[in-house]
Amino acid sequence: MAMQPRFEMMRRFLRNRGAMMGSLILGAVVVIALLAPVVYPGDPLRIVGPAELWPFQDARFPFGTDALGRDIAAMLAHGARTTLLIGILASAASTVIGITVGAVAGYYGGWVDEAAMRGTELFQTIPNLIFILTIVVILGPSIAHIIVAIGVVSWTSIARLTRAEFLTLRNRDFVQACRAMGLGDGAIIVGEILPNALPPVIVLSSLIIAGAVLFESAVSFLGLGDPNVASWGKLIGDGRELIRTSWYVCTIPGLAIVVTVLSLNLIGDGLNDVLNPRLRDR
Amino acid sequence: MPERPVLRLLRRRLLQLIPLLIGVVVVNFCLIHAAPGSFLDVMTSDNQVTDPALIARLRTTYGLDDPLWLQLLKYIAAVAHLDLGFSYRQNMPVFDAILAHLPATLILMLSGLGLAVLVGVTAGIIAAVKINTIWDSIVSVLAVVFFATPSFWLGIMLTVLFAVKLRWLPVGDMTTLGADGGTFAQLLDVLRHLVLPALSLGLFYAAIYARVMRTSMLEVFRLDFVRTARAKGLSAVRVTLFHVLRNALLPVVTMLGLQMGTVLAGSVVIETVFAWPGIGTLLFDAVSTRDYPMVLGIMVLGSLMVVAANLAIDLCYLWLDPRIEVG
Amino acid sequence: MAPALDVRALQISLFTRVGVLPAVDRVSFTVGAGETLALVGESGCGKSLTALALMRLLPDPPARIVGGEVRLDGEDLVRLDERTMQGMRTKRISMIFQDPAGSLNPVVSVGRQLVEVIEAHTDLGRRAAIDRALELLDLVRIADPRSRFGEFPHRLSGGMCQRVMIAMAIACGQRVLIADEPTTALDVTVQAQVLALLQRLQGEIGMAMLFITHDLGVVAQVAQRVAVMYAGRKVEEATVDALFAAPLHPYTRGLLAATPKAGEDRAARLTEIPGMVPPLGNLPTGCAFAPRCPVAGQRCWAERPALTEAAPGRLVACFAADAVPDRIASDAAVVGS
Repeated sequence: MAMQPRFEMMRRFLRNRGAMMGSLILGAVVVIALLAPVVYPGDPLRIVGPAELWPFQDARFPFGTDALGRDIAAMLAHGARTTLLIGILASAASTVIGITVGAVAGYYGGWVDEAAMRGTELFQTIPNLIFILTIVVILGPSIAHIIVAIGVVSWTSIARLTRAEFLTLRNRDFVQACRAMGLGDGAIIVGEILPNALPPVIVLSSLIIAGAVLFESAVSFLGLGDPNVASWGKLIGDGRELIRTSWYVCTIPGLAIVVTVLSLNLIGDGLNDVLNPRLRDR
Repeated sequence: MPERPVLRLLRRRLLQLIPLLIGVVVVNFCLIHAAPGSFLDVMTSDNQVTDPALIARLRTTYGLDDPLWLQLLKYIAAVAHLDLGFSYRQNMPVFDAILAHLPATLILMLSGLGLAVLVGVTAGIIAAVKINTIWDSIVSVLAVVFFATPSFWLGIMLTVLFAVKLRWLPVGDMTTLGADGGTFAQLLDVLRHLVLPALSLGLFYAAIYARVMRTSMLEVFRLDFVRTARAKGLSAVRVTLFHVLRNALLPVVTMLGLQMGTVLAGSVVIETVFAWPGIGTLLFDAVSTRDYPMVLGIMVLGSLMVVAANLAIDLCYLWLDPRIEVG
Repeated sequence: MAPALDVRALQISLFTRVGVLPAVDRVSFTVGAGETLALVGESGCGKSLTALALMRLLPDPPARIVGGEVRLDGEDLVRLDERTMQGMRTKRISMIFQDPAGSLNPVVSVGRQLVEVIEAHTDLGRRAAIDRALELLDLVRIADPRSRFGEFPHRLSGGMCQRVMIAMAIACGQRVLIADEPTTALDVTVQAQVLALLQRLQGEIGMAMLFITHDLGVVAQVAQRVAVMYAGRKVEEATVDALFAAPLHPYTRGLLAATPKAGEDRAARLTEIPGMVPPLGNLPTGCAFAPRCPVAGQRCWAERPALTEAAPGRLVACFAADAVPDRIASDAAVVGS
């Protein structure tokens, strides 16, 4: 009987057209990211052809080349790796931080909760992108630092959600029973309450990946991305001077971002529909 | 005589402000110390300062030979006196530079938000009233797409279309160089320059508000008092725009409050795309030249702006919803 | 004299995903000016849907009027277009609802909501409308109308909110007032006050009132005639006195037996009607009450009883009705012991 609900959930997810479309698109992006070093081996940032070649002119460069003569398709494919890597790791980092803070605040209450809430408020007040830029400027532009910066800025929503869940769940009967059995706080938090609190947190995590992708593209666009890797934001930033003549250099990577973030949002909505059943509008 | 809710709210907010700002300053402080190089390097932008007298004075002001905790206190004191350091790039104190660029950013933020609310709320109302029709679907699709669009890229695309190809609107900046003419002509000039940046900033938020508004309207439609309004023989338009709307707007206002920080951050990026002479351009400049005092100063003042904006939204909410008792 | 409200064979259906359900099945009744008809039944019997239908306020989807007429002073409301119907609502026929606090807009002052309805249906300017609103607040016995005028609904008690609702309902001199369980959500003492208010207003204005309730005790206080509904059908109609003295339909007798009466032996248990109301999609052929009826015969299961006039002014839809007078005597004996 425990398998049934999970099966039912998967069916509902699969029936959601938006979620299916999103999954397909994201799947395609993941495949591209994984195959990038195979299809476009070597450094994507090296010069391989004539500069400012328009897309569909030359079979070797289906998406054309940029101002320096670099292959846009190669940079696009490798950029997918950067984007997904940063998105997933940043989301993971903020989820871990958020769950920790939220769980402790929600479970213990009292001054611990107060302090956690003040901290959350602080991190919510500092304008997020400005905070990220500041951290990356000071620590230096590299993938690791960007991941840390995005993580630092994105954990608050997860913390709030986890805290809310814990506040509801900590007074439930099964928790009292565990305490009566002599289980320690840690075991109860991680083993008992957390699994029940996870579904909405998972949904939020997936949406944070989308946010992380947008943040990373903005950071790279502004020139603070890792200079040694290809990134969609960087492509757009480099292509700015060319908007009068070769505006495709900006357009194509932007479309890639839109499509990827869109698919993540659709999946997130689909997960929400499945994991948090509520009265539907329609 | 019980204290008026407005004053109570102001007092509570101001009390919250202080620990919050101290928190921001502490974060600043930590970041400074996380930077490679010494505190002094940071405050003098990587040794751009060579005057030994100035360096000596900086050492005393920031207590660079003192223990860490004392340094922190001195830094907090400095910030309290609005001393955020000196920017060699701008050749003026950080605080003054930020203040000079603030109005342009405020204009952009307010226009962007205004547009977002106008477009988003209207779209949400249409989607709710015409639920399950093609209009509802159009709004939903547009909302979902704009929510996934990076605003800086949208800005570039809009520039390509309207400024480069069609030449209807200018490419960037806030004013046209060398333009005179009366105040009205100047105002019009600024407005022409404002269109694309405001759109780029606002459409992302419009998408959010459209969705929130739609859900909110649908929820309010179900409430009992809407049935009463209809029973009073009021027209559908009156019921929707007077009774339903007033209640449905409340979550949007709450959402506005939560987003102040992101809007400010968003306008930073937009400003760099359009060379709009606000804090964003200042920040971009500072980031490119490693002007740490400026970067950190902007973070502190940006946070202050967010707190002020939140306060404004709270007051707005207090005025809109008579059920709120601030306690 | 023609009745103020004349409902003929009203039919309401629910169009749901599982099919079309007959929620109200050819219900007819009349209410004259200055008179109160109580519409009684359990929840789900269709009385609220009937009330909303009279105002053309049915939630569509899923509910819709599919047949019958609703004649207000001779004019059929069912045939009117929405625009014209808007002009009728509160101007000629009005309605008050069960939850008074929830029925008022929380972010608009009560005075403003009252002025709104006055301005919508009369030619009065703002000043005159405000004066009229204050008059009305006074008429519904709200103390110190001027200071209450600018208040918001959450500041008023349930009883006061209901008075405001009543004021809004009578503001334009309407002919018919529909009261859908107006006192169910109120305290007993407030309940009595509101009922007294309604009766007084009826006497002063001469309006016809359709009073919907599930509480037979309230019926006795406020109505002259009563109609009983079950599973979307009217099963009995009589004057209040006649109904309480000698209920003809087994369902009505069951309802009366289940109602606590003053002076009754406290220790005696209330008689329940066994079973539950059948779901609309699964109504039995024959009499809808047959599965729960203590005197159901074979005919009752096979054939649907039509409404017949058992005596002048007394309607009942039951095959066992003519056998009832003896049963009433024996049942009265049972109740009394």
